[in-house]
Amino acid sequence: MLTEFGKILIFILFAAIFVIITLFVAKIVRPNRPTFEKLKIYECGENPEGSPWVKFNIRFYVIALIFLIFDVEVVLLFPWALAYKEMGFYGFSIGIIFLLLLVLGMAYEWRKGDLEWARPKPKPPKLNEILKNKTN
Amino acid sequence: MNYFDIIFYLFAIITVVSAFIVVTTRNIVYSAYSLLLTLFGISGIYVLLGADFLAVVQIMVYVGGILILLLFGVMLTNKITSVDIRTGTIHLLPAAVGSGILLGILWAVMTWTDWKTYDTQIPSTTIFGLGKILITNYVLIFELLALLLLIALIGAASIARREETEENN
Repeated sequence: MLTEFGKILIFILFAAIFVIITLFVAKIVRPNRPTFEKLKIYECGENPEGSPWVKFNIRFYVIALIFLIFDVEVVLLFPWALAYKEMGFYGFSIGIIFLLLLVLGMAYEWRKGDLEWARPKPKPPKLNEILKNKTN
Repeated sequence: MNYFDIIFYLFAIITVVSAFIVVTTRNIVYSAYSLLLTLFGISGIYVLLGADFLAVVQIMVYVGGILILLLFGVMLTNKITSVDIRTGTIHLLPAAVGSGILLGILWAVMTWTDWKTYDTQIPSTTIFGLGKILITNYVLIFELLALLLLIALIGAASIARREETEENN
């Protein structure tokens, strides 16, 4: 007897075994002649420069935070979605109230511009102003 | 030793070994990735205990959300390589006494508790029953959770926004 999670476990085991066997066989078969150039970090053929630990934009963090909250929301909606039909309109309205509260948060984020990606604002030179400066 | 025990020990070993790596490694990124395996192993144990919803939540929220947040937190930190992470053994005696007492308490609870075991068939899914009590008995908690998420959403966004304006200044 195999449960549904048992099938998932078999998938996971096969995925792990597949990777391990492939890497192990490759290790046996391939020639191994490392040089300094070969062992260097590959950066599209250029010489690697500087530290790979650059500071990421804070925007990624905000997006991940918003994602996490909607992730939890979706997780909570799963049991509701399975059971609300039995309760009729009552069950339906429970979910609608739940969603409305979160749509409120979504609208707030949208209005405040947290979902917008912060872009640099370049100032293109305007012909009129250049000419005005020249004449002055 | 049946299949259940073998699978349980597999997940238990994954959890314990990766948790050990989380604590002992000097590279904070390795630590974060080992935490992924730890959370995965715990979700496997949840499945074995018949808590399927909890297992899926563990994968979706902890592995898919909180760990990403953790990695972003690591990547957002300035000068991460120069941070000196000390994992040396300091205060060995107090630590041994403290963890010994904790082990003793856990062992005592484990042996003295009157574990009730029933020969019941574990239902194939608990989500249906969970949803049913969530919209009948615990409906207030369900709606309060939405309110809590709303507060967290607005709070997180406003805190992150303030940091950004400070950065620009």
